[in-house]
Amino acid sequence: MIIKVLGSGCMNCKTLESRVIEALRELQMDAAVEKVQDYQQIASYGIMHTPGLVIDEKVAVAGFVPTVEKLKEILIAHRST
Amino acid sequence: MKKVIEKYPLGAVVLLLPFWIILYIGLQPLADAFVSLTNLPPGEHITEALRFFVFEVPKVLMLLTLVVFGVGIVRSYFSPERTRKILGGKSLLAGNVLASLLGVVTPFCSCSAIPLFLGFVESGIPLGVTFSFLIAAPMINEVALVLLFGLFGWKTALLYMSTGLLIAMIAGYVIGRLTLEKYVEPWVYEVKAGHFEMVEEKILFSQRIIAGIDAVKEIVAKVWIYIVIGIAVGAGIHGYVPENFMASIMGKSAWWSVPLAVIIGVPMYSNAAGIIPIVQALLEKGASLGTVLAFMMSVIGLSLPETIILKKVLKIQLILIFVGVVAVGIVVVGYVFNLIY
Repeated sequence: MIIKVLGSGCMNCKTLESRVIEALRELQMDAAVEKVQDYQQIASYGIMHTPGLVIDEKVAVAGFVPTVEKLKEILIAHRST
Repeated sequence: MKKVIEKYPLGAVVLLLPFWIILYIGLQPLADAFVSLTNLPPGEHITEALRFFVFEVPKVLMLLTLVVFGVGIVRSYFSPERTRKILGGKSLLAGNVLASLLGVVTPFCSCSAIPLFLGFVESGIPLGVTFSFLIAAPMINEVALVLLFGLFGWKTALLYMSTGLLIAMIAGYVIGRLTLEKYVEPWVYEVKAGHFEMVEEKILFSQRIIAGIDAVKEIVAKVWIYIVIGIAVGAGIHGYVPENFMASIMGKSAWWSVPLAVIIGVPMYSNAAGIIPIVQALLEKGASLGTVLAFMMSVIGLSLPETIILKKVLKIQLILIFVGVVAVGIVVVGYVFNLIY
Protein backbone atom coordinates (compact mmCIF):
# COMPACT_ATOMS: atom_id res chain seq x y z
CA MET A 1 0.00 0.00 0.00
CA ILE A 2 1.38 3.41 -0.96
CA ILE A 3 -0.01 6.44 0.81
CA LYS A 4 0.57 9.96 -0.39
CA VAL A 5 -0.09 13.09 1.61
CA LEU A 6 -0.77 16.00 -0.73
CA GLY A 7 -0.12 19.52 0.42
CA SER A 8 2.33 22.35 0.23
CA GLY A 9 3.61 22.15 3.76
CA CYS A 10 0.87 24.03 5.57
CA MET A 11 -0.19 23.20 9.10
CA ASN A 12 -3.04 20.92 8.04
CA CYS A 13 -0.81 18.78 5.84
CA LYS A 14 1.62 18.14 8.67
CA THR A 15 -1.22 17.23 11.00
CA LEU A 16 -2.64 14.86 8.39
CA GLU A 17 0.72 13.17 7.89
CA SER A 18 1.29 12.58 11.59
CA ARG A 19 -2.26 11.26 12.02
CA VAL A 20 -1.82 8.86 9.11
CA ILE A 21 1.34 7.51 10.71
CA GLU A 22 -0.44 7.25 14.03
CA ALA A 23 -3.39 5.40 12.47
CA LEU A 24 -1.05 2.99 10.67
CA ARG A 25 0.77 2.25 13.89
CA GLU A 26 -2.42 1.61 15.80
CA LEU A 27 -3.62 -0.72 13.06
CA GLN A 28 -0.18 -2.29 12.84
CA MET A 29 -0.29 -1.82 9.09
CA ASP A 30 2.72 -1.40 6.93
CA ALA A 31 2.67 1.23 4.25
CA ALA A 32 4.95 3.73 2.61
CA VAL A 33 3.95 7.30 3.41
CA GLU A 34 5.09 9.88 0.90
CA LYS A 35 4.73 13.61 0.85
CA VAL A 36 3.70 15.32 -2.38
CA GLN A 37 4.38 19.04 -2.34
CA ASP A 38 4.56 19.83 -6.03
CA TYR A 39 1.49 21.77 -7.16
CA GLN A 40 1.47 20.23 -10.61
CA GLN A 41 1.33 16.77 -9.12
CA ILE A 42 -1.26 17.76 -6.55
CA ALA A 43 -3.44 19.17 -9.31
CA SER A 44 -3.01 16.03 -11.37
CA TYR A 45 -5.09 14.20 -8.79
CA GLY A 46 -7.89 16.67 -9.41
CA ILE A 47 -8.16 17.94 -5.87
CA MET A 48 -8.64 21.66 -5.31
CA HIS A 49 -8.46 21.71 -1.64
CA THR A 50 -5.46 20.66 0.42
CA PRO A 51 -4.65 18.58 2.36
CA GLY A 52 -5.31 15.49 0.31
CA LEU A 53 -4.75 11.84 0.99
CA VAL A 54 -4.15 9.42 -1.83
CA ILE A 55 -4.08 5.69 -1.19
CA ASP A 56 -2.80 3.53 -4.03
CA GLU A 57 -3.44 6.37 -6.50
CA LYS A 58 -7.01 6.84 -5.35
CA VAL A 59 -8.09 10.08 -3.68
CA ALA A 60 -9.41 9.18 -0.25
CA VAL A 61 -9.57 12.56 1.47
CA ALA A 62 -9.62 16.10 0.09
CA GLY A 63 -9.85 19.34 1.96
CA PHE A 64 -10.03 18.36 5.58
CA VAL A 65 -8.06 16.57 8.27
CA PRO A 66 -9.93 13.52 9.50
CA THR A 67 -9.50 12.21 13.02
CA VAL A 68 -7.23 9.24 13.64
CA GLU A 69 -10.35 7.10 14.13
CA LYS A 70 -11.77 8.14 10.77
CA LEU A 71 -8.41 7.53 9.10
CA LYS A 72 -8.35 4.03 10.51
CA GLU A 73 -11.75 3.36 8.93
CA ILE A 74 -10.53 4.69 5.60
CA LEU A 75 -7.38 2.59 5.75
CA ILE A 76 -9.29 -0.57 6.63
CA ALA A 77 -11.78 0.06 3.82
CA HIS A 78 -8.93 0.43 1.35
CA ARG A 79 -7.16 -2.66 2.57
CA SER A 80 -10.17 -4.86 1.98
CA THR A 81 -10.63 -3.70 -1.63
CA MET B 1 -20.22 15.78 26.85
CA LYS B 2 -18.51 15.18 23.52
CA LYS B 3 -20.03 11.74 23.20
CA VAL B 4 -23.50 13.11 23.92
CA ILE B 5 -23.15 15.82 21.28
CA GLU B 6 -21.98 13.30 18.73
CA LYS B 7 -24.87 11.03 19.48
CA TYR B 8 -27.62 13.63 19.64
CA PRO B 9 -26.21 16.66 17.77
CA LEU B 10 -29.56 18.24 16.99
CA GLY B 11 -30.81 17.84 20.55
CA ALA B 12 -27.61 19.30 21.99
CA VAL B 13 -27.89 22.38 19.78
CA VAL B 14 -31.55 22.91 20.65
CA LEU B 15 -30.73 22.66 24.35
CA LEU B 16 -27.64 24.85 24.26
CA LEU B 17 -29.15 27.67 22.21
CA PRO B 18 -31.45 29.15 24.93
CA PHE B 19 -28.53 28.95 27.36
CA TRP B 20 -26.43 30.93 24.90
CA ILE B 21 -29.14 33.58 24.52
CA ILE B 22 -29.60 34.03 28.28
CA LEU B 23 -25.87 34.35 28.83
CA TYR B 24 -25.56 36.82 25.95
CA ILE B 25 -28.32 39.05 27.33
CA GLY B 26 -26.77 38.85 30.78
CA LEU B 27 -23.29 39.91 29.67
CA GLN B 28 -23.69 43.65 30.22
CA PRO B 29 -24.98 43.41 33.83
CA LEU B 30 -22.39 40.74 34.55
CA ALA B 31 -19.59 42.92 33.20
CA ASP B 32 -20.88 45.93 35.19
CA ALA B 33 -21.07 43.80 38.34
CA PHE B 34 -17.53 42.60 37.78
CA VAL B 35 -16.24 46.15 37.31
CA SER B 36 -17.99 47.42 40.44
CA LEU B 37 -16.43 44.56 42.42
CA THR B 38 -12.98 45.95 41.67
CA ASN B 39 -13.89 49.17 43.55
CA LEU B 40 -12.36 51.31 40.84
CA PRO B 41 -13.83 54.80 40.63
CA PRO B 42 -16.41 54.94 37.80
CA GLY B 43 -15.59 57.25 34.91
CA GLU B 44 -11.84 56.90 35.31
CA HIS B 45 -9.76 55.80 32.29
CA ILE B 46 -8.76 52.49 33.80
CA THR B 47 -12.32 51.64 34.83
CA GLU B 48 -13.76 52.35 31.40
CA ALA B 49 -10.98 50.43 29.68
CA LEU B 50 -11.61 47.45 31.96
CA ARG B 51 -15.38 47.63 31.44
CA PHE B 52 -14.87 47.67 27.69
CA PHE B 53 -12.56 44.66 27.88
CA VAL B 54 -14.62 42.42 30.17
CA PHE B 55 -17.75 43.11 28.15
CA GLU B 56 -16.38 42.89 24.62
CA VAL B 57 -14.22 39.77 24.94
CA PRO B 58 -16.96 37.33 25.98
CA LYS B 59 -19.47 39.04 23.71
CA VAL B 60 -17.33 38.72 20.60
CA LEU B 61 -16.26 35.17 21.45
CA MET B 62 -19.87 34.11 21.96
CA LEU B 63 -20.99 35.69 18.70
CA LEU B 64 -18.06 34.12 16.93
CA THR B 65 -18.89 30.66 18.23
CA LEU B 66 -22.48 30.94 17.06
CA VAL B 67 -21.68 32.31 13.63
CA VAL B 68 -18.77 29.99 12.93
CA PHE B 69 -21.05 27.12 13.86
CA GLY B 70 -23.73 28.33 11.45
CA VAL B 71 -21.21 28.97 8.68
CA GLY B 72 -19.71 25.52 9.27
CA ILE B 73 -23.11 24.00 8.55
CA VAL B 74 -23.65 26.16 5.46
CA ARG B 75 -20.18 25.32 4.14
CA SER B 76 -20.84 21.61 4.46
CA TYR B 77 -23.18 22.13 1.48
CA PHE B 78 -20.39 23.63 -0.63
CA SER B 79 -17.06 22.34 -1.76
CA PRO B 80 -14.54 23.81 -4.20
CA GLU B 81 -15.36 20.95 -6.56
CA ARG B 82 -19.03 21.83 -6.52
CA THR B 83 -18.28 25.53 -6.89
CA ARG B 84 -16.19 24.76 -9.92
CA LYS B 85 -19.04 22.83 -11.42
CA ILE B 86 -21.43 25.73 -10.85
CA LEU B 87 -19.03 28.23 -12.40
CA GLY B 88 -18.19 26.15 -15.46
CA GLY B 89 -19.49 27.60 -18.71
CA LYS B 90 -20.74 30.85 -17.21
CA SER B 91 -20.25 34.03 -19.20
CA LEU B 92 -17.97 36.73 -17.88
CA LEU B 93 -20.34 39.07 -16.06
CA ALA B 94 -22.67 36.42 -14.65
CA GLY B 95 -19.62 34.38 -13.74
CA ASN B 96 -18.10 37.29 -11.81
CA VAL B 97 -21.25 37.83 -9.80
CA LEU B 98 -21.65 34.16 -9.04
CA ALA B 99 -17.97 33.61 -8.24
CA SER B 100 -17.97 36.48 -5.74
CA LEU B 101 -21.02 35.11 -3.97
CA LEU B 102 -19.61 31.58 -3.93
CA GLY B 103 -16.35 32.98 -2.59
CA VAL B 104 -18.20 33.87 0.59
CA VAL B 105 -19.67 30.42 1.25
CA THR B 106 -17.08 28.04 -0.17
CA PRO B 107 -14.55 26.83 2.37
CA PHE B 108 -11.24 28.47 1.54
CA CYS B 109 -7.86 28.95 3.10
CA SER B 110 -5.00 30.78 1.47
CA CYS B 111 -2.87 27.63 1.54
CA SER B 112 -5.36 26.09 -0.90
CA ALA B 113 -5.25 29.07 -3.25
CA ILE B 114 -2.98 27.36 -5.78
CA PRO B 115 -4.76 24.01 -6.17
CA LEU B 116 -7.98 25.96 -6.41
CA PHE B 117 -6.57 28.30 -9.03
CA LEU B 118 -5.26 25.35 -11.06
CA GLY B 119 -8.56 23.54 -10.75
CA PHE B 120 -10.52 26.56 -11.96
CA VAL B 121 -8.22 27.34 -14.88
CA GLU B 122 -8.01 23.73 -15.90
CA SER B 123 -11.74 23.37 -16.21
CA GLY B 124 -11.91 26.46 -18.40
CA ILE B 125 -13.26 29.01 -15.95
CA PRO B 126 -12.17 32.46 -17.22
CA LEU B 127 -9.35 34.22 -15.40
CA GLY B 128 -11.54 37.16 -14.41
CA VAL B 129 -14.12 34.88 -12.83
CA THR B 130 -11.39 33.03 -10.94
CA PHE B 131 -10.15 36.35 -9.59
CA SER B 132 -13.60 37.36 -8.41
CA PHE B 133 -13.55 34.23 -6.29
CA LEU B 134 -10.02 34.81 -5.04
CA ILE B 135 -10.84 38.37 -4.00
CA ALA B 136 -14.14 37.65 -2.28
CA ALA B 137 -13.04 34.51 -0.42
CA PRO B 138 -10.51 36.06 1.98
CA MET B 139 -12.06 39.53 2.15
CA ILE B 140 -15.52 38.49 3.25
CA ASN B 141 -15.07 35.93 5.95
CA GLU B 142 -17.20 35.01 8.90
CA VAL B 143 -14.73 36.28 11.49
CA ALA B 144 -14.68 39.74 9.93
CA LEU B 145 -18.46 39.85 9.68
CA VAL B 146 -18.96 38.79 13.31
CA LEU B 147 -16.55 41.38 14.61
CA LEU B 148 -18.09 44.10 12.50
CA PHE B 149 -21.55 43.13 13.65
CA GLY B 150 -20.54 42.84 17.28
CA LEU B 151 -18.50 46.03 17.51
CA PHE B 152 -20.10 48.33 14.92
CA GLY B 153 -23.60 46.98 14.40
CA TRP B 154 -25.36 45.27 11.54
CA LYS B 155 -25.34 48.24 9.19
CA THR B 156 -21.57 48.36 9.00
CA ALA B 157 -21.33 44.58 8.66
CA LEU B 158 -23.77 44.67 5.76
CA LEU B 159 -21.94 47.60 4.22
CA TYR B 160 -18.65 45.79 4.42
CA MET B 161 -20.10 42.67 2.89
CA SER B 162 -21.87 44.39 0.01
CA THR B 163 -19.00 46.69 -0.91
CA GLY B 164 -16.57 43.77 -0.62
CA LEU B 165 -18.74 41.77 -3.02
CA LEU B 166 -18.94 44.70 -5.38
CA ILE B 167 -15.16 45.10 -5.44
CA ALA B 168 -14.72 41.37 -6.10
CA MET B 169 -17.23 41.45 -8.97
CA ILE B 170 -15.91 44.60 -10.63
CA ALA B 171 -12.20 43.88 -10.12
CA GLY B 172 -12.68 40.35 -11.48
CA TYR B 173 -14.60 41.73 -14.46
CA VAL B 174 -11.90 44.32 -15.19
CA ILE B 175 -9.15 41.70 -14.98
CA GLY B 176 -11.20 39.48 -17.28
CA ARG B 177 -11.61 42.24 -19.88
CA LEU B 178 -7.90 43.04 -19.88
CA THR B 179 -7.14 39.53 -21.25
CA LEU B 180 -4.13 38.86 -19.11
CA GLU B 181 -3.85 35.13 -19.77
CA LYS B 182 -0.33 35.71 -21.10
CA TYR B 183 0.78 36.63 -17.59
CA VAL B 184 -0.16 33.26 -16.19
CA GLU B 185 2.79 30.87 -15.92
CA PRO B 186 2.62 28.67 -19.04
CA TRP B 187 2.82 25.38 -17.13
CA VAL B 188 -0.55 26.14 -15.57
CA TYR B 189 -2.26 25.53 -18.89
CA GLU B 190 -0.47 22.23 -19.32
CA VAL B 191 -1.78 20.72 -16.13
CA LYS B 192 -3.96 17.79 -16.91
CA ALA B 193 -6.00 17.27 -13.85
CA GLY B 194 -7.35 13.85 -13.30
CA HIS B 195 -11.05 14.05 -12.69
CA PHE B 196 -11.75 11.83 -9.83
CA GLU B 197 -15.36 11.65 -8.85
CA MET B 198 -15.71 12.59 -5.24
CA VAL B 199 -18.10 10.08 -3.85
CA GLU B 200 -20.95 12.36 -2.98
CA GLU B 201 -22.09 10.59 0.09
CA LYS B 202 -25.49 11.33 1.42
CA ILE B 203 -24.66 13.54 4.37
CA LEU B 204 -27.04 13.40 7.29
CA PHE B 205 -28.03 16.65 8.93
CA SER B 206 -26.47 15.47 12.17
CA GLN B 207 -23.15 15.16 10.34
CA ARG B 208 -23.51 18.75 9.18
CA ILE B 209 -23.99 19.80 12.78
CA ILE B 210 -20.81 17.98 13.66
CA ALA B 211 -19.14 19.84 10.79
CA GLY B 212 -20.33 23.05 12.44
CA ILE B 213 -18.89 21.99 15.79
CA ASP B 214 -15.59 21.09 14.13
CA ALA B 215 -15.48 24.51 12.48
CA VAL B 216 -15.95 26.15 15.88
CA LYS B 217 -13.13 24.10 17.38
CA GLU B 218 -10.79 24.88 14.55
CA ILE B 219 -11.49 28.57 14.01
CA VAL B 220 -12.15 29.71 17.55
CA ALA B 221 -9.02 27.91 18.74
CA LYS B 222 -7.04 29.73 16.08
CA VAL B 223 -8.33 33.28 16.47
CA TRP B 224 -9.35 33.76 20.11
CA ILE B 225 -5.94 35.00 21.15
CA TYR B 226 -5.94 37.68 18.42
CA ILE B 227 -9.38 38.77 19.51
CA VAL B 228 -8.29 39.11 23.14
CA ILE B 229 -5.16 41.07 22.19
CA GLY B 230 -7.08 43.19 19.69
CA ILE B 231 -9.76 44.04 22.24
CA ALA B 232 -7.12 44.76 24.90
CA VAL B 233 -5.45 47.29 22.58
CA GLY B 234 -8.88 48.61 21.67
CA ALA B 235 -9.74 48.96 25.36
CA GLY B 236 -6.54 50.92 25.91
CA ILE B 237 -7.42 53.31 23.08
CA HIS B 238 -11.00 53.48 24.32
CA GLY B 239 -9.94 54.45 27.83
CA TYR B 240 -6.90 56.61 27.23
CA VAL B 241 -6.78 58.23 23.82
CA PRO B 242 -8.59 61.58 23.90
CA GLU B 243 -11.80 62.13 21.89
CA ASN B 244 -11.23 63.34 18.34
CA PHE B 245 -7.56 62.53 18.52
CA MET B 246 -7.81 60.62 15.24
CA ALA B 247 -9.93 63.21 13.48
CA SER B 248 -6.99 65.12 12.04
CA ILE B 249 -5.18 61.98 10.82
CA MET B 250 -7.97 59.65 9.79
CA GLY B 251 -10.87 62.07 9.62
CA LYS B 252 -12.93 63.13 6.64
CA SER B 253 -11.19 66.43 6.12
CA ALA B 254 -7.89 64.71 5.50
CA TRP B 255 -8.40 63.75 1.82
CA TRP B 256 -5.17 61.76 1.70
CA SER B 257 -6.20 59.53 4.57
CA VAL B 258 -7.98 56.96 2.36
CA PRO B 259 -5.11 56.17 -0.04
CA LEU B 260 -2.68 56.31 2.86
CA ALA B 261 -4.76 53.82 4.83
CA VAL B 262 -4.72 51.47 1.84
CA ILE B 263 -0.98 51.86 1.27
CA ILE B 264 -0.32 51.02 4.90
CA GLY B 265 -2.93 48.28 4.93
CA VAL B 266 -1.87 46.25 1.88
CA PRO B 267 1.50 44.99 3.13
CA MET B 268 0.18 44.63 6.64
CA TYR B 269 -0.80 41.15 7.45
CA SER B 270 -3.19 40.52 10.25
CA ASN B 271 -6.32 38.53 10.40
CA ALA B 272 -9.65 40.19 10.87
CA ALA B 273 -9.72 39.10 14.50
CA GLY B 274 -6.78 41.26 15.53
CA ILE B 275 -7.41 44.35 13.44
CA ILE B 276 -11.11 45.06 13.82
CA PRO B 277 -11.25 45.77 17.59
CA ILE B 278 -8.41 48.27 17.17
CA VAL B 279 -10.09 49.88 14.22
CA GLN B 280 -13.33 50.20 16.16
CA ALA B 281 -11.58 52.14 18.89
CA LEU B 282 -10.02 54.43 16.27
CA LEU B 283 -13.43 55.11 14.79
CA GLU B 284 -14.67 56.14 18.20
CA LYS B 285 -11.86 58.67 18.45
CA GLY B 286 -12.82 60.51 15.31
CA ALA B 287 -11.52 58.44 12.40
CA SER B 288 -14.04 58.43 9.56
CA LEU B 289 -15.90 55.30 8.47
CA GLY B 290 -14.67 55.32 4.87
CA THR B 291 -11.04 55.52 5.90
CA VAL B 292 -11.50 52.81 8.48
CA LEU B 293 -13.34 50.52 6.03
CA ALA B 294 -10.62 51.03 3.43
CA PHE B 295 -7.94 50.19 5.95
CA MET B 296 -9.73 47.04 7.10
CA MET B 297 -10.39 45.81 3.57
CA SER B 298 -6.82 46.29 2.47
CA VAL B 299 -5.46 44.49 5.53
CA ILE B 300 -7.87 41.56 5.32
CA GLY B 301 -8.49 41.31 1.58
CA LEU B 302 -4.99 41.79 0.22
CA SER B 303 -2.36 39.94 2.12
CA LEU B 304 1.30 39.63 1.33
CA PRO B 305 1.56 35.88 2.06
CA GLU B 306 -1.28 35.14 -0.34
CA THR B 307 0.27 37.20 -3.13
CA ILE B 308 3.59 35.43 -2.56
CA ILE B 309 1.84 32.08 -2.87
CA LEU B 310 0.20 33.23 -6.12
CA LYS B 311 3.62 34.09 -7.53
CA LYS B 312 4.02 30.37 -8.28
CA VAL B 313 1.28 30.52 -10.91
CA LEU B 314 1.16 34.17 -11.93
CA LYS B 315 3.77 36.45 -13.42
CA ILE B 316 4.62 39.55 -11.46
CA GLN B 317 2.76 41.83 -13.92
CA LEU B 318 -0.51 40.06 -13.25
CA ILE B 319 0.03 40.12 -9.48
CA LEU B 320 0.66 43.86 -9.64
CA ILE B 321 -2.43 44.43 -11.76
CA PHE B 322 -4.48 42.29 -9.38
CA VAL B 323 -3.28 44.18 -6.30
CA GLY B 324 -3.61 47.50 -8.14
CA VAL B 325 -7.18 46.92 -9.32
CA VAL B 326 -8.35 45.77 -5.89
CA ALA B 327 -6.54 48.62 -4.13
CA VAL B 328 -8.17 51.18 -6.44
CA GLY B 329 -11.55 49.59 -5.73
CA ILE B 330 -10.96 49.88 -2.00
CA VAL B 331 -9.89 53.53 -2.29
CA VAL B 332 -13.08 54.32 -4.23
CA VAL B 333 -15.17 52.62 -1.54
CA GLY B 334 -13.36 54.61 1.14
CA TYR B 335 -14.07 57.93 -0.58
CA VAL B 336 -17.69 57.06 -1.26
CA PHE B 337 -18.30 56.31 2.40
CA ASN B 338 -16.54 59.42 3.56
CA LEU B 339 -18.83 61.37 1.25
CA ILE B 340 -22.04 59.67 2.40
CA TYR B 341 -21.43 59.74 6.13
